[in-house]
Amino acid sequence: MIGGLFIYNHKGEVLISRVYRDDIGRNAVDAFRVNVIHARQQVRSPVTNIARTSFFHVKRSNIWLAAVTKQNVNAAMVFEFLYKMCDVMTAYFGKISEENIKNNFVLIYELLDEILDFGYPQNSETGALKTFITQQGIKGQPQTKEEQSQITSQVTGQIGWRREGIKYRRNELFLDVLESVNLLMSPQGQVLSAHVSGRVMMKSYLSGMPECKFGMNDKIVIDKQGKGGTTDDPGKSGKQSIAIDDCTFHQCVRLSKFDSERSISFIPPDGEYELMRYRTTKDIILPFRVIPLVREVGRTKLEVKVVIKSNFKPSLLAQKIEVRIPTPLNTSGVQVICMKGKAKYKASENAIVWKIKRMAGMKESQISAEIELLPTNDKKKWARPPISMNFEVPFAPSGLKVRYLKVFESKLNYSDHDVIKWVRYIGRSGIYETRC
Amino acid sequence: MPAVSKGDGMRGLAVFISDIRNCKSKEAEIKRINKELANIRSKFKGDKALDGYSKKKYVCKLLFIFLLGHDIDFGHMEAVNLLSSNKYTEKQIGYLFISVLVNSNSELIRLINNAIKNDLSSRNPTFMCLALHCIANVGSREMAEAFAGEIPRILVAGDTMDSVKQSAALCLLRLYKTSPDLVLMGEWTSRVVHLLNDQHMGVVTAAISLITCLSQKNPDEFKTCVSLAVSRLSRIVSSASTDLQDYTYYFVPAPWLSCKLLRLLQCYPPPEDGAVKGRLVECLETILNKAQEPPKSKKVQHSNAKNAILFEAISLIIHYDSEPNLLVRACNQLGQFLQHRETNLRYLALESMCTLASSEFSHEAVKTHIETVINALKTERDVSVRQRAADLLYAMCDRSNAKQIVAEMLSYLETADYSIREEMVLKVAILAEKYAVDYSWYVDTILNLIRIAGDYVSEEVWYRVIQIVINRDDVQGYAAKTVFEALQAPACHENMVKVGGYILGEFGNLIAGDPRSSPLVQFNLLHSKFHLCSVPTRALLLSAYIKFINLFPETKSTIQEVLRSDSQIRNSDVELQQRAVEYLKLSSIASTDVLATVLEEMPPFPERESSILAKLKKKKGPGAVSVNELEEGKREGGELNGGGERGGDSSAIAASNASTPSPSADLLGLRAGPPVTAAAPSAGSLLVDVFSEAGINDDGFLRDLEPTTESSDSLLAEGPGDSDSAPPSVVSEDPTPLPESDELLNKFVCKNNGVLFENQLLQIGIKSEYRQNLGRIYLFYGNKTSVQFVTFTTTVTCPGELQSQLNVQSKPVEPLIEGGAQVQQVINIECLTDFSDAPLLNIKFRYGGALQNLTLKLPVTINKFFQPTEMASHDFFQRWKQLSQPQQEAQKIFKASHAMDTEVLKAKLLGLGMALLENVDPNPENFVCAGVIQSKAQQVGSLLRLEPNAQAQSGEQMYRLTVRSSKDTVSKRLCELLAEQF
Repeated sequence: MIGGLFIYNHKGEVLISRVYRDDIGRNAVDAFRVNVIHARQQVRSPVTNIARTSFFHVKRSNIWLAAVTKQNVNAAMVFEFLYKMCDVMTAYFGKISEENIKNNFVLIYELLDEILDFGYPQNSETGALKTFITQQGIKGQPQTKEEQSQITSQVTGQIGWRREGIKYRRNELFLDVLESVNLLMSPQGQVLSAHVSGRVMMKSYLSGMPECKFGMNDKIVIDKQGKGGTTDDPGKSGKQSIAIDDCTFHQCVRLSKFDSERSISFIPPDGEYELMRYRTTKDIILPFRVIPLVREVGRTKLEVKVVIKSNFKPSLLAQKIEVRIPTPLNTSGVQVICMKGKAKYKASENAIVWKIKRMAGMKESQISAEIELLPTNDKKKWARPPISMNFEVPFAPSGLKVRYLKVFESKLNYSDHDVIKWVRYIGRSGIYETRC
Repeated sequence: MPAVSKGDGMRGLAVFISDIRNCKSKEAEIKRINKELANIRSKFKGDKALDGYSKKKYVCKLLFIFLLGHDIDFGHMEAVNLLSSNKYTEKQIGYLFISVLVNSNSELIRLINNAIKNDLSSRNPTFMCLALHCIANVGSREMAEAFAGEIPRILVAGDTMDSVKQSAALCLLRLYKTSPDLVLMGEWTSRVVHLLNDQHMGVVTAAISLITCLSQKNPDEFKTCVSLAVSRLSRIVSSASTDLQDYTYYFVPAPWLSCKLLRLLQCYPPPEDGAVKGRLVECLETILNKAQEPPKSKKVQHSNAKNAILFEAISLIIHYDSEPNLLVRACNQLGQFLQHRETNLRYLALESMCTLASSEFSHEAVKTHIETVINALKTERDVSVRQRAADLLYAMCDRSNAKQIVAEMLSYLETADYSIREEMVLKVAILAEKYAVDYSWYVDTILNLIRIAGDYVSEEVWYRVIQIVINRDDVQGYAAKTVFEALQAPACHENMVKVGGYILGEFGNLIAGDPRSSPLVQFNLLHSKFHLCSVPTRALLLSAYIKFINLFPETKSTIQEVLRSDSQIRNSDVELQQRAVEYLKLSSIASTDVLATVLEEMPPFPERESSILAKLKKKKGPGAVSVNELEEGKREGGELNGGGERGGDSSAIAASNASTPSPSADLLGLRAGPPVTAAAPSAGSLLVDVFSEAGINDDGFLRDLEPTTESSDSLLAEGPGDSDSAPPSVVSEDPTPLPESDELLNKFVCKNNGVLFENQLLQIGIKSEYRQNLGRIYLFYGNKTSVQFVTFTTTVTCPGELQSQLNVQSKPVEPLIEGGAQVQQVINIECLTDFSDAPLLNIKFRYGGALQNLTLKLPVTINKFFQPTEMASHDFFQRWKQLSQPQQEAQKIFKASHAMDTEVLKAKLLGLGMALLENVDPNPENFVCAGVIQSKAQQVGSLLRLEPNAQAQSGEQMYRLTVRSSKDTVSKRLCELLAEQF
C-alpha cells in the first residue's frame, strides 16, 4: 500500500508531503530528491528502489509526483492512482504547475485525505469529489443534514460516480473520439510499425439516472450481427468494421455485459470523463506520407529534400502540421527553401522545423535544404535520426465509427430522441516517424 | 590564472555561463548549449578569419561545455592555433584545452607536439613553463616518447631559469611515473643529483621529489645524493629562522624541503662515511633538540611544521636502527607526545612507537611508557587512537610485562569498541600463548577471554587451547577443573561449552575424584547447556558423552537414556541423529575393551610450525611428534599408511585418506560445515597466519572412532588437516587466473582437498575423491563479502582434445550467493583415456554492479586415476625390464625445491596415488612406486623410481626421476607433473 506521497518542483523542493504510514521516514523525501531528481545520470525508470523503499514517480511538466512504499505493492495500481491524482488536480485547478500547486495546497491536502486512506486508494471520481470538496470555501450556510446524508449514501453506494436528482432543461451529450497515430516507416515507404491508441471522451448533461448504450463498428459485433440475419456483403462489412486489440473502460461500464454480449452499457457520470480507451494495429489510415531524400555531398555538405503527401479525402483539412528534420551535430549553416508554410533551422534543437497551418487531402508539398557541415575530429558517422511529424486531422485514423449512443431514462419523461448528441473525431499524431 | 584586465575579460563567455546557471531544467540547459554550439560552429566555419580574442573566447566556451559533461568533437584545430599565439592568455587557454581534451588523434598530436617543441626551445620562461605543465598534465605515453629526451636537458642546462627548472623536474617526475622505461637518466644522473646544491630552494624541492622517486627504483645510481642531502639538511637545520626568508614557514626554515630530504635518506642505509654520518647524527640531534625548545609562535602552523620534521626524523632514526642514543631520545620525545593535547600527535606518537618497540635498542625505553599507553587505551575518545594504543601494547609486550599487559587488555576488552574487539581477542590469545610461562595462567587467560568476548573468539582460538591442553600433561587436570568451574556460570558462551565439552570428555576423569565434580555432576552440567547450543556444538557434546561412557561406566545408563530420547535419535538434523544412533549402538554392543580402544584419549597434536610460531615457540621440544607416531600408526591402519610411519605434514595423510576408495563415498555430502569455512578472519594477516595451522574440529576429535563405524568412514576420515591443508601461502591475492592456475594445479597433484583459489571476494574450496576411472569433485564457493553475488554461474570446459579424453559433468550451481554464505557444486569426472591437460573452470558473477570473471584449472591430473599395485622386488624388476623401449621411459634430473625429508617425500608419493614399494630398490635411499592408471579405454601400468642425491655437485640437492609406463604419453606427463613436486 502507498506509504506516502510527495510533490516536488523542478529544483527538488518539496511542495506537498503527505505520509500515510509509519514505515516511511522523513529521510525518504530527501532520498528521492538526491537519487532521482538530482541524480547525475537521468533516471528513466519510473520505479526506483532506494534502501528497500520503492519510489514511483510521474512527471507533469516540471512537477514530480512520487508515491513511496516499503511494501511490495502492485505498481500498476500505484501508477493508475498517480494518473488519477493528476486528473483530479487538473479538474480542480487546471494545469499542474508549481504556481497552481502552491495556490491550492490546502485543497490538495484535503483531496489527499479523501482519495487515499491509510495508503489505500478510495473514490477518486472527480464528479463525486466535487460534491463535498469545494474550492469556494464554506458557503453561507453549512450543508443541511439531508444533503450530508445524501453525499454519504452516494459515496458509499453502488453508483458512486453519480448522484441522484440531477436535472437539466436541455439533455445534451458530447462524444469525442480522440486518437493518436504512431508510425515508424522505412525510407522506402515500408511500414515498420504502426498503431493507434484512442480514447472516447464523453461529456454528459443528462437528467436523472439514465441508462446509456454505446455502439461502434467493432468487428466482433458487426460479424455477429452479419451472421445473425442481414445478408450484408461480407467484404463490405469487413471494411466497415475495425478490430480492436485491447480496450479499457470507465468504472461505470458494466463489464459483465461487455463480456457476454460485447455491448457497452452504463449509467454515465455527470460532466466530462473518459468512457473508454482502446488500441488498434490493423488497417490504419496513415494521414501523411513522408518521402525523404538525403544526399551527402562531400564531407562538408548535406542536401535534404522532403516531400509530404496527404492521404485522405480532399474535402477534409489537416491542421497544425509540423515536420521536424534532424540535422547533424556538426551543422554550421542551413539554407531552406519551401513552397508552403514556414521552415526554420532551430539550432537549440538540432533540427529544421517546417510548419504548415493547413493542408487539404490528396495534396503534396516539399521542402529542400542545404546543410553545411564543419569537419570534426570524430570519425563517427551521423546516426541519421528519423524525421518526425505532428498534425491534427478531423477523422479517426483507426477507422472507428460511432454507430449509436442510446439513452434510456425510464423514470423521467424524456426519450432517446430528445437528447441532443454531438460527435466529433480528432486524429492526432503520436510518434510519427520516417527514417531517412 | 593571471589577473584579467577589463578589456580582456570575455564578456560573451560570462553571459553564456550565467545563462546556463539560470536554466531551470536540464532540457533548457541542453537547448542553450545546442544553440551555443551551433553558433560556435558557424563562427569557426565562417569565411573570415577569427582574431585571437574570439578564438580564445569560443575555445573557452567549448571547454566549459565539455566540463559540463557534453561531448566536444571540434575546435581542437582552433585550440592548437592558439598555441602559436604570442599572447600569454591565448596560449594559456590553448594549453588548457589541449590538456583537458587531448585524445590520441595522430595528426593533431603532431601539431601539438610541434607547438610544444617551439615553446620549449623559445627563450621565454613563461612559455616554457606552460609547455612543461601541458606535458605533465597530459602525461601520456606519446608525450613521454616525444619529450622524455628533451626535458632532462632543460633541467640541467646552466642557463635555464629557476622556475623552468622546477617545472621541468616535476614534469620529468610525472613522465617517469607513467612510463619509466622511456625516461632514461643515464648520463644526466650526476647532474640531476647536483641539483641538490642549487641556490634556489624551489628547484631543490622540486628536484628532490624526482630524485626520491628515481632512487627508489635504482638506488645504486643515485647513491651520491646521500652526502649531498645530508649537507643540504644540515645547512637548513643549522640556519636561523630568518636566513631562508621566502622559505621560512612560521619560523620553521624550509619544512617541506627538510621532510623530503629526510624521506630521501630513508631510501638508503646509514651512510658509511664517518664524516657524513657524524653530520647527519648532528642534524638529527639538532632536530630533536629543537623539539624541546619553547615554540616561537602559538600558531598551529608553526607546531605542525616543526612536528612534521620531527616525525620524519624519527622515522629516519627508526629506519637506520643503529643509533641507540638517538632511538632512546626519539622514544622519550614520543613519550612526551603521548600526553599531548593534540589527538593527532598522540596518534602519530603511538604509531611511531609501535615501530620503535620492535627495535632492540629502544624496546626497553618504550616499555617505560606502559602506564601511559594503558591509560590511553582506557581514556582515549577516538577509536583509531585506541586501536594504535592496543597495537603498541602488543608490540611492547615481552615476558616481563606480559601478565600485566594481557590483564589490561582483557579488562579493556569488556568495554572495547566492537570494531576492534576481534583483533584484540586475537592479540590477547597470541600474547598469552607466546609468553606463557605457566600453562595454568594461559588456560585461565583464554577461558577469561571466551567469557568476556565469546562472540569475537574465532574458532582458531579455542582450537588452540585444546591443542595445548592435550599436548601438555601437566595442565590437563587444572584445565578440567577450571572449565568445570567456568561452566557453572548460569550463562556461558557457546565457545566455552565447546571447550568444556571437549576437555571434560577427554580429562573429566582427572577431577572425578572430587564429589563436587563427580561424573554425574559433570554430565548434568554439560547436558544443561545442551539445548541452548547450535548443531555443531551439540554434535561435539554428543561425542563428549560417548567419551564419558568410556571414562565413567557408571554414567552409561543415564547417557544411553539421553541418546535414546526422541530429541536425539529422531533429531531432524542428520548429523546429530547419526551420531546419536551410532553412539547408542556403540555403547550397547561394544565390549569395554573395544570401547576403551575406540574412545581412547586423543593423541597429542603434531606441532606444525607456522612461519611465526616457529620463531616464537622454540622452547617447546619436538617430543610431541615422536609420541604421536605409534598411536597414529595403530589408528590409521589404512593400507596406504601400513608402514606405520607418518609424514610430518598431516595434510598429506588427510589427502591420502580421502583418496582411498571408500565404500560409501557419498556420505561426504553429510558434512555440515564444509572445510573451507575455517577461512581467515578479518583481522590483520599477520595475526591470522599464526592460527592458520590450528585446525581441530570435532571430526578430529572423533577420528579414533574410525575403524568401527564403517558407514561413516569417510565422514570421519577428514583429519584435522582438511580445513588447513592449503596453508595461506598457497592462496594468491592476484585475481588474474590463468598464469598462476598452473601453479595451483601443481599444488594439488599430491593432494585432493584444500583451498583451490582465494581472493578478496571469493574463496573456492575443493574436495575430491577418485575411484577406478571415476572421480567426483566437490567445489565450495564461499562468498567472503557481506554483499550477495548474483547471476553466479560456473562452467567446466575441456579444451581441445581433452574433450575426447575426459568426460566431465557438472551440476548447475545456485545463481545467488548471499554474503558470507557458501554453495556447493558437484562435478563428476570420467577418465576415458589418458590425458595431459586439465579442464578449465570458468566462474562468472556480479558483485555490486561489476561482472567478475575467473578462469581456473581444475586440479584433475592423470595420477588421480592411479590404482596402487603392491608387488615384490622380483616382479618389479621384471616389469621394469619389460618396459624398456626408449619411448616408454621418461626421465628428468632436477634440483630440489624443497628440503629432502624422507617422510615428506613418502607422503607426497603416497598422495600421488601409487603404491610405495619398500625393500625393492637395493639402495634404501631410493623410492620406487607402482600403480595402474584406470581409464575407460585401457589400463596403463606405470612404474616410478625416484633417486634423491643429497650431495650433488656444489652442495645442491638433486633428484633423478624415472617413469616407465606402457604408454609413452603417460610417462611423459607423469614425469612433468612430478618434477614440480619435490
